[in-house]
Amino acid sequence: MIEFWELIKESIRTLRLNKMRTGLAILGIVIGIGSVIALISIGQSSQKSVTDRITSLGTNLVTVSPSYQSSGMVRGSSVQKTLTLADAQALESANLSAVKSISPEYSGRLQIVAGDNNTNTSVYGVKSTYSSIHNIQVSGGRFISDSDYNSTAHVVVLGPSVVEDLYGSSSYNPIGETIRIDGKNFTIIGVTVAKGTSSSSSADEAIYVPLSTAQKQLFGVSYLTSIAIEAASSEVIIQAQNQVGYFLLARHKITDPTSADFRIRSSEEMLSTATSVTSTFTSLLSGVAAISLIVGGIGIMNIMLVTVTERTREIGLRKALGAKKKTIVTQFLTESIILTFSGGILGIIIGVATAYGYAKINSSTFTISISSVLLAFAVSVGIGVIFGWYPAKKAASLQPIEALRYE
Amino acid sequence: MSKLKPIIIAKNLSKIYKTDVIETIALDNVSFEINEGEFVAIMGPSGSGKSTLMHILGALDKPTSGEYVLDGKNVEKLSDDELSEIRNKKIGFIFQAFNLLPRTTTLQNVMLPMAYAGVPKEEREKTAERLLKMVGLGDRLNHTSNQISGGQQQRVAIARSLVLNPAMILADEPTGNIASSQADEVMSIFERLNDEGHTVVMITHEPDIAQHAKRIIFIRDGKIVKDSVNKQRHTAASIKKEVDKHD
Repeated sequence: MIEFWELIKESIRTLRLNKMRTGLAILGIVIGIGSVIALISIGQSSQKSVTDRITSLGTNLVTVSPSYQSSGMVRGSSVQKTLTLADAQALESANLSAVKSISPEYSGRLQIVAGDNNTNTSVYGVKSTYSSIHNIQVSGGRFISDSDYNSTAHVVVLGPSVVEDLYGSSSYNPIGETIRIDGKNFTIIGVTVAKGTSSSSSADEAIYVPLSTAQKQLFGVSYLTSIAIEAASSEVIIQAQNQVGYFLLARHKITDPTSADFRIRSSEEMLSTATSVTSTFTSLLSGVAAISLIVGGIGIMNIMLVTVTERTREIGLRKALGAKKKTIVTQFLTESIILTFSGGILGIIIGVATAYGYAKINSSTFTISISSVLLAFAVSVGIGVIFGWYPAKKAASLQPIEALRYE
Repeated sequence: MSKLKPIIIAKNLSKIYKTDVIETIALDNVSFEINEGEFVAIMGPSGSGKSTLMHILGALDKPTSGEYVLDGKNVEKLSDDELSEIRNKKIGFIFQAFNLLPRTTTLQNVMLPMAYAGVPKEEREKTAERLLKMVGLGDRLNHTSNQISGGQQQRVAIARSLVLNPAMILADEPTGNIASSQADEVMSIFERLNDEGHTVVMITHEPDIAQHAKRIIFIRDGKIVKDSVNKQRHTAASIKKEVDKHD
């Protein structure tokens, strides 16, 4: 038996004789492995950023929002008025066991003006509970308080993106200044901490005013756009969802839960939906990449088959001089494994670089799992064995006289 | 005179090629023996069956029937891998088209059979170098086969055939592809090897070339038609031996 390194050296020498062909054969594997690595990584990091965003909205969160009643409503006609402050207050006084706190909310878009600058943004009418339920922190000043609510105060808390829009820089401290919302003067009492770890979060683009002020002074409504509920713990989210659901059904005198005039969703639910969507997406992309890997493998097989035909005389000579079947199989398998092995390494480098570039461009987190790299590596070598096997077998079973005669 | 050791014992060798419609008898009940130290030329026109015989003698092919003993080993029933081993250890092949590995140095070409036999690398290099020097190519060790002439390529092939000290050197039209001046050079190497005790079996259709052998077997239509001692060469060799003895 020829020594291992000699075999490797000999195979590399043979492959170098036809650089163009070798390069093209490797390219198939490079593209396959590269896209598998890149797509898995991109999938994982987008999954992570979606998860981050949802958890930043608040954990143990159950959201009640109005829904259309099935009775002949035209979809998207107007905001539903089925959820009221009275509902929120009743929920609060009901002291449901799985519910920790409740935040009634009204939101709408309005034009806001500060000096010469103006912007159109989401205005949230909130109570003091909003900040703890939605993980909102203020970097300067304070959040909306109960007394602001009770006095229908004209005070506002700005998101950092809004500060940037209005004052040109997010580091500007606007506390104490006055802005006009829908033509009415409001005093800025606080700025929230930026939430968007990856891309900008909608919380950063919002402004917050007392719910009472929003309902009475800005929008002139008495209903709510949502009620956010914090469950007592992560274990009782489902329970909280059920308790709130049945309580509101009873209050709204609805017997059939399917015709409820509100919807209840938990953050956990959103998380699992989003996770399943992104993971479906990731596996779909990986599937496409895997197909290109198989195509690359077939390319290797094709090249190796051509090589076997081309080198028929050489194989015949080797057999005449004493090479056994195993020796020939080993020689050809080594060549195809070297092809896919080097293609695999190049593919991993290119895949990681692509994923890194993608993360940089989208300013998202760059994640690469060692397991996917190892898997890609094993797959590339495996492809060398699988798709190199048939050509190698074919080469080894050539009869020396037939092969020597071959011109 | 002591009994000579037989290298080849061929008993009733037949080879029949079958297609759906016709049966071609390439070799028809051929029997002969070749002893150690002989220089035999197998002659015949094309289609006579001499190539088929060469393939069987070279363990490249198996006879349809009959018995073939090479250096004390029955060859006709061996598996493919066992045949590879026989070819590797017992036969030194020399082909008409030289059959060196392309774009490979002469040294590596000569080393190849030893690699298959599992000889360690340093020993392979040493042996290959020694034999290349012997055939007069000591200054061509690192030339690739396409950088040297046909005659030189055939001398590389001769060096390669000798590396494992085979029981027989089997040459198939060794001068068929080289210029006549270089052919004489190649033939003189064969004669020298034979003088040193190597058994040489050569297939040829050229009478001039066959004259270098000590025994000539004629074959036609798959049968041996004549098996005779080449007196000219035989006497020349014995005279030389006598002269050497008295020097």
